[in-house]
Amino acid sequence: MSHATHTPPIYGLMAEFDSSTDLVVATRKAYAAGYRKMDAYSPFPIDEASEALGFHKSRVPLIVLLGGLLGGSSGFALQYWINVISYPLNIGGKPWDSWPAFIVPTYEMTILFAGVCGMFGMFALNGLPMPYHPVFNVDRFSMVTRDKFFLCVEAADPHFDIVETQQFLESLQPLSISEVPH
Amino acid sequence: MKQGPEEKTILEDVPWADEPPVILPGQTYGSVTDEIADAVLTRPIGFGWLAGLLVGMTFVAILGMAVTYLFIRGVGIWGIEIPVGWGFAIINFVWWIGIGHAGTLISAILLLLKQTWRNSINRFAEAMTLFAVACAGMFPLLHMGRPWLFYWMFPYPASMGVWPQFRSPLVWDVFAVSTYFTISLVFWYVGLVPDLATMREKASNRWTKIVYGILALGWRGSARHWKNYEALYILLAGIATPLVLSVHTVVSWDFAIAILPGWHTTIFPPYFVAGAIYSGFAMVLVLAIPIRYYYGLENMITMRHLQNAAKVMLATGLIVAYGYLFETFIAFYSGSTYERFMIENRWFGQYAIFYWLLILMNILTPQLLWIPKLRSNTRFLFGISLIILAGMWLERFVIIITSLQRDFLPSAWGHYIATRWDYAVYFGTIGFFATAIYLFIRIMPAISIFEMRTLLPEAEVKAE
Repeated sequence: MSHATHTPPIYGLMAEFDSSTDLVVATRKAYAAGYRKMDAYSPFPIDEASEALGFHKSRVPLIVLLGGLLGGSSGFALQYWINVISYPLNIGGKPWDSWPAFIVPTYEMTILFAGVCGMFGMFALNGLPMPYHPVFNVDRFSMVTRDKFFLCVEAADPHFDIVETQQFLESLQPLSISEVPH
Repeated sequence: MKQGPEEKTILEDVPWADEPPVILPGQTYGSVTDEIADAVLTRPIGFGWLAGLLVGMTFVAILGMAVTYLFIRGVGIWGIEIPVGWGFAIINFVWWIGIGHAGTLISAILLLLKQTWRNSINRFAEAMTLFAVACAGMFPLLHMGRPWLFYWMFPYPASMGVWPQFRSPLVWDVFAVSTYFTISLVFWYVGLVPDLATMREKASNRWTKIVYGILALGWRGSARHWKNYEALYILLAGIATPLVLSVHTVVSWDFAIAILPGWHTTIFPPYFVAGAIYSGFAMVLVLAIPIRYYYGLENMITMRHLQNAAKVMLATGLIVAYGYLFETFIAFYSGSTYERFMIENRWFGQYAIFYWLLILMNILTPQLLWIPKLRSNTRFLFGISLIILAGMWLERFVIIITSLQRDFLPSAWGHYIATRWDYAVYFGTIGFFATAIYLFIRIMPAISIFEMRTLLPEAEVKAE
């Protein structure tokens, strides 16, 4: 890009819908119209909405897997080091490395790390906690935690044009359209 | 939670004509939101709730006194004595942790099995798990005698250079129970975040708004967030499922790895897990029946939920009965004098009355649940759940006390009588549990709001 980048005067334009079907249809149309920097907001998870945004793969499973591997291996290593190397105890004549006995804490550490890493990973991927976000500047947006569905096309999108995007959103027949200030 | 195209919508999901639905018709996104959130936000504090809280807190005060006296005098104030060194503390530990199991079963296993009816009861069942595990955790700590040295159980670089002995099930228990509590907390909190955002928007009081707002972390319902969220939720369910089975298995190993007659048996893990779910569902009913009645949530916690819980109790109760049967069979079949004596001691010994009460309360009475008419009678279900809870407590009493008081050598025999301090701590934890539940239903939405929205027929995206 040759011209100087400047902050757009608004965050984006937001259209409000009444049903999950309307939201998904509108999102698909917006994606087809070339918009990419946009987000769909809903009061409950809608698989089709993230698909329509072109967001197909979550990285949470990878984080959970890595957390589990880390927890399991460190759990086993801890027990091995303690009961074999640092502080060997003869318990009933069992071998120092009586690994079947170490399975339970290894297993519990796998679960613990997988779950805790998954939670922090999910929040981190979602950029939460986020105390301020421009979408909350729209009064109607509080209904997203109740029964309304929103599609916000962001001004940062290269296709965004305040007049054209407004007309495009109107063609989707939303309940209302609002400008989202920064 | 996920509603794939091959699944029926929840209103169609009625296997028999007279089967009550999971959610009564006529609900909208707004009405489920209001009904659940208003029970917390706008409903005035009633006399019944205050009275209940007061009773609960009275017992918390008794718990405080009992624990203070315990710290001053030591575990000698309890009825434990050699040979019965485990007494009430371990009975209550096993009882409470078993009760917690139903919460994880409902939230995780039923999610994986796509049992959508779980959506109306998972939230408070998870809270029940947390509080029950908290109660359970107190007992081993208090039973240590020197609870201020509890950190000795964890592997940490001690100045004395000693480390835990990882071949002992008691050390496994530390890992199992602390992981269980942490993962239950994670599951519960992750499930709460979208609902906390709803509470944030609905709260009218400024401070309430701020507190819910902080807890909701700025959740805004973005489709990308939901995608990550759902991925995590299903994975948490996947890892919590083997976890819940492992926890009571490890608890049962505390017994099964000892060589004591009545403990040293391979049937313990499945039989303990089934017993845990049995008592846990009983506690779910004890909580659900009054909550749905007093908060008018009968259209979301329907008879279907209560009947399903009753059926789970019937099934797990039969597994427990099978466990009792096989304990007895093996005692005679093994040809071991000590095993046979253990059963005879349970039948005719000093504590025989508890064994027969146990059979009556845990095995015989619950067979009434076969009768469909009784399964739809809330008063009956409430009563039988209390009986099962008492029965499961007696089961742990019988296992622990009768095996310890009569082991191999008659010269080492003894007996066990609980003191008032045993009862004070036990009833104190019941008061703690009740207080926590009373506060929970007034502070957090007791039913998962966003998961209820997904149950409505209009939640499904229709094909163009």
